[in-house]
Amino acid sequence: MREFLLLCVIVVAGTGGELCVTRAMKQIGEVTDFRPAALVRFILKALTVAWMWIGIAMMAVAFFALLAALSFENVSFVVPVTALSYAAGAVGAVLFLRERISVQRWIGVFIVCAGVTIVLLSKH
Amino acid sequence: MTDSPGLHFKTFLLILMIVVFAPLGNVLLGKGMKTVGPATHWGLADLWSVFVRICSSGYIWLGVASLMTFFVAYMLVLTWADYSYVQPASSFSYAMVALLGYLLLGEVITPLRWLGIAMICLGVLIVGHTPPRTTAVKI
Repeated sequence: MREFLLLCVIVVAGTGGELCVTRAMKQIGEVTDFRPAALVRFILKALTVAWMWIGIAMMAVAFFALLAALSFENVSFVVPVTALSYAAGAVGAVLFLRERISVQRWIGVFIVCAGVTIVLLSKH
Repeated sequence: MTDSPGLHFKTFLLILMIVVFAPLGNVLLGKGMKTVGPATHWGLADLWSVFVRICSSGYIWLGVASLMTFFVAYMLVLTWADYSYVQPASSFSYAMVALLGYLLLGEVITPLRWLGIAMICLGVLIVGHTPPRTTAVKI
């Protein structure tokens, strides 16, 4: 039960965080200058976007949930299970970022989910 | 923005960094947390002592550094490529992490688990083969 809760938090908070960060980065625009000074300016600019902070907070929650899970579970179990964030990510990208997702991509997401199910079954 | 070869190379390079540093970070965190050990009670005092042990673990800091590298590469690539393109492509790391867990941490991975991980990779291959950007760029 403790494990199930932790895995849920990792997937939901992790995916939510990534969606928020993406929204923030799209607001800033494409990186064209890769010199160090430009990259530092870019990072500072990223930190002024509210979505970035919401995203970082959610990712921090996911991170500590991951640490908790890793304290008693194998990396080769915990990390593949978090691939469930595919399903969450695809749904979130459609609803939150207005991205279009092709049928082919949905099939891929479905196969990933099937793979995660097998990894979960491999535990027993 | 046009769908140029240069864009694809830049995307490929950053995704490669994502695929290497994310699993390495996770494996280092796993190694660190195995030495720290699980929280036996979930009271504040116990969680605090675990937190202190986490902060004083070298493996955890190495893992965090590796994940930070991954995160910067990830942020950069997300400024031009779609999230639903980058996330699946970057998720080869799910297979990489199992391989590193097996090689570096000596984790036992059953054939059934390898099968599940292989299916995750297959799904990733199918999803990954789509154009990087579907949303229109606002001018």
